[in-house]
Amino acid sequence: MSAHSPIDQIEQPDSFAFDAESEEQIAAILAKYPPERKASGTLPLLYVVQKQMGRQTGSAWVPRVAMDEIARRLEVAPIRVYEVATFYLMFNTKPIGRYHLQVCTTTSCWLRGSDDVVAACKTATGISGFGQSSADGLFTLTEVECLGACANAPILQVDDDFYEDLDGPRTIELIEALRRGERPTPGPMIDRVNSAPEGGRKTLADSPADQG
Amino acid sequence: MVKVTVDGIVVDVPSGSSALQACEAAGKEIPRFCFHERLSVAGNCRMCLVQVVRAPKPVASCGFPVAEGMEILTDTEIVRKARRAVMEFLLINHPLDCPICDQGGECDLQDQAFGYGADHSRYQEAKRAVKDKYLGPLVKTVMTRCIQCTRCIRFATEIAGVPELGAVSRGENMEVTNYVEKALTSELSGNLIDICPVGALTSKPYAFTARPWELKRTDSIDVSDAVGTNISLHVRGTAVLRAVPRVNDAVNEEWLADKGRFSVDGLKHRRLDRPWVRVHGKLQAVSWQDAFVAIGRRLDGVPGDRIGAIAGDLCDAESMLALKDLMTALGSPNIDCRQDGADYDLSHRAYYTFGTTIAGIEDADALLIVGSIPRQEAPVLNARIRKRFLAAGRGGFPIGLVGAPTADPTYKTELLGEGPEVLAALRDGTHPFAEVLKAAKKPMIIVGHGALTRPDARAILASAWSLAAETGAIGAGWNGFNVLHRTASRVAGLDLGLVPGKGGRSAAGMMSGGVDVLWLLGADEFHTAQIGPQTFVIYQGHHGDAAAARADVILPGASYAEKSGTYVNTEGRVQRSFRAVMPPGDAREDWRILRAFSEVVGHTLPYDTVEVLRERLATVNPVFRVIGGLDAVDVSALPGPTGAGAVSSAPFRPVFDDYYQTDPICRASPTMGECSRIYVHPRTVAAE
Repeated sequence: MSAHSPIDQIEQPDSFAFDAESEEQIAAILAKYPPERKASGTLPLLYVVQKQMGRQTGSAWVPRVAMDEIARRLEVAPIRVYEVATFYLMFNTKPIGRYHLQVCTTTSCWLRGSDDVVAACKTATGISGFGQSSADGLFTLTEVECLGACANAPILQVDDDFYEDLDGPRTIELIEALRRGERPTPGPMIDRVNSAPEGGRKTLADSPADQG
Repeated sequence: MVKVTVDGIVVDVPSGSSALQACEAAGKEIPRFCFHERLSVAGNCRMCLVQVVRAPKPVASCGFPVAEGMEILTDTEIVRKARRAVMEFLLINHPLDCPICDQGGECDLQDQAFGYGADHSRYQEAKRAVKDKYLGPLVKTVMTRCIQCTRCIRFATEIAGVPELGAVSRGENMEVTNYVEKALTSELSGNLIDICPVGALTSKPYAFTARPWELKRTDSIDVSDAVGTNISLHVRGTAVLRAVPRVNDAVNEEWLADKGRFSVDGLKHRRLDRPWVRVHGKLQAVSWQDAFVAIGRRLDGVPGDRIGAIAGDLCDAESMLALKDLMTALGSPNIDCRQDGADYDLSHRAYYTFGTTIAGIEDADALLIVGSIPRQEAPVLNARIRKRFLAAGRGGFPIGLVGAPTADPTYKTELLGEGPEVLAALRDGTHPFAEVLKAAKKPMIIVGHGALTRPDARAILASAWSLAAETGAIGAGWNGFNVLHRTASRVAGLDLGLVPGKGGRSAAGMMSGGVDVLWLLGADEFHTAQIGPQTFVIYQGHHGDAAAARADVILPGASYAEKSGTYVNTEGRVQRSFRAVMPPGDAREDWRILRAFSEVVGHTLPYDTVEVLRERLATVNPVFRVIGGLDAVDVSALPGPTGAGAVSSAPFRPVFDDYYQTDPICRASPTMGECSRIYVHPRTVAAE
């Protein structure tokens, strides 16, 4: 089973053009590289495409025509862009739902209950397995490897936002909020600041800095 | 040089060499899949592991640079164990379908599994399966067999210059693909088949045809272009089943153009296998004797200057010389090997050959192409230009193009203009590219047949030579003047003087009623309607192409696979091929036909064996004494070709528009026909 479906099985748009917002970003990105090394812009430009598709269509993915456009901009062969886009799983080469639910199931999250988070995602969205989208087209569930937020495990990444310290009920609550069109503040979903201890500071409670 | 010890053998290798090269220098065979000496190093198959003393673990020798005093061990238990482990991993996902795989018997994986494979598999899980990819009508894919060595990707990107293949996804899901369902757009795509170490990329037309151990191999020369690619014809019984390249670093390295490789199935179709004579407007099969008598009767009383002969594009030197000798004996000055109407100055060989030599391209530092599309006219030579272009780095090998703008030449070019006026501008320095040529130490100029098949060819040739002389392209130790031929017979024809003698008529003159009897030796590349209706046409050749349909007498000859022949490539390199199969039916070797006929008309040619004929070749032109080699010629003192007259401002046109349909063999080849439909005329396919 291939991670990326064959290109011919995905309905592709006929054309793609960068909008003004993207053009601004591209200009800033390409300014970082010498002109003859602008192929280095492949990764950031793929992100620009994915963001623009999210803005325009509600589905943040990278269609083939957009990869061709990147290749044209960067003066590389289209296959070089396809290679990069399919190598990194952060790029969606097929359409996804409005909200991309990315559950970490690597050791730390798994030990802290990521199975509950996955189950809650499935219950709340009606999705039956990873890689699928909900019937209403709002959600796509993906299993991802360690997102580097082990101190706040388990974690669910929604598009670019980390929602941490989840459990089953909190996950359902989060998804319902998303469904209502709200964007809860990212970060820990329990009473803690960033990765600080739950319920407030446990050490240095009487530090001078704190009193001052 | 660096001193390295390999298994106790001390070898000196250039610094920068890899451990693998050092091992080879010591005569040790290192198994490999991804490493290929003409491609960049990938280092991803890990089969070439060796032990380096004091290194903590085995190293991949292909990408490991040597250092002074390094000790390499290639045959220790650690090495054997490591290679066995690599092989086991490779075989995890490789199907055991050797009995139905076309690579069987010439498969690197099979061969190396013999040395390093286990007798059974420990793998119990499901194997991965990969969807086959479409790469066009020539290359068949069975991607489940792919071991992801990436040789094909590197070949397409580096040698062929068509970066259309890549590796998508990652890890176990990695697939070699072109991602979009599209035929590879390369004239060198057949080499992917050779370069693939397993059965993932095999020949589509040859699929399920034969096993390598059934084949008889005969050394031959590719006649589909003027490069003179060294090939080996693989024969079973009476059929040439495939053509594969032989290594010749001076000519083709180890590549072969698609036309030469895949047009061999044309040798089975539309063959002339018996003599025919036209009686009351209809061709009738006759015996050789009757055919000769019919020609003899027609020739009776015809004055020599009303007889003419044209040699075609695929002829060997022997038959062309026999043709010329026959015409001379009949008293005819009308002979021509230039059916395309090209014009050259024959006063010195340097004026009509590729003086830089193909290998010499790698020394050049600037290039001007005039009226030629090397990618189509000589794909293998074009690969050499690309090789030089890549080796020189950014801007190190500027290439100017004068002629019709074409699809991607596979290297960066600057289009200077479309017509001969650019040459004048380059000479008087008004064109900025003149500075580039002058600044270059070893500039080269390639003049193609887009420039030489015009009425003003001689003037253009002279102008190009002058430009070469003025820009330092011609001097002691460097000859940067090149004529790129596109047909296999041309240089030999010019070397043997197959051009009109005193008062003789050229090919065009002979066709338009200049002669009463016209002998065509495999000449097909013109509209037969050009031949005057009263002209008696003898067609001697191997394929029933256009000219045979017009002929009054057909004499069945032998194709390049069916005779031992001498060919001279565009460099002027004399090469010899050998007979792979017998000609079909009553067909005979061409020089023998001419020799036999000469006896009928009482002008017996003085050679009974091919050896005597070859002796005569060398007498006519001593270049035929040296086979395979090429003597350096000092051109610095040459005055240059003569050519005055007005130069037309008409732009240079491509010499053909369909790479896959340029000679009788490829027009008879179903594979070439399909390529033409897919690559050259894709719209008509869509319309169906």
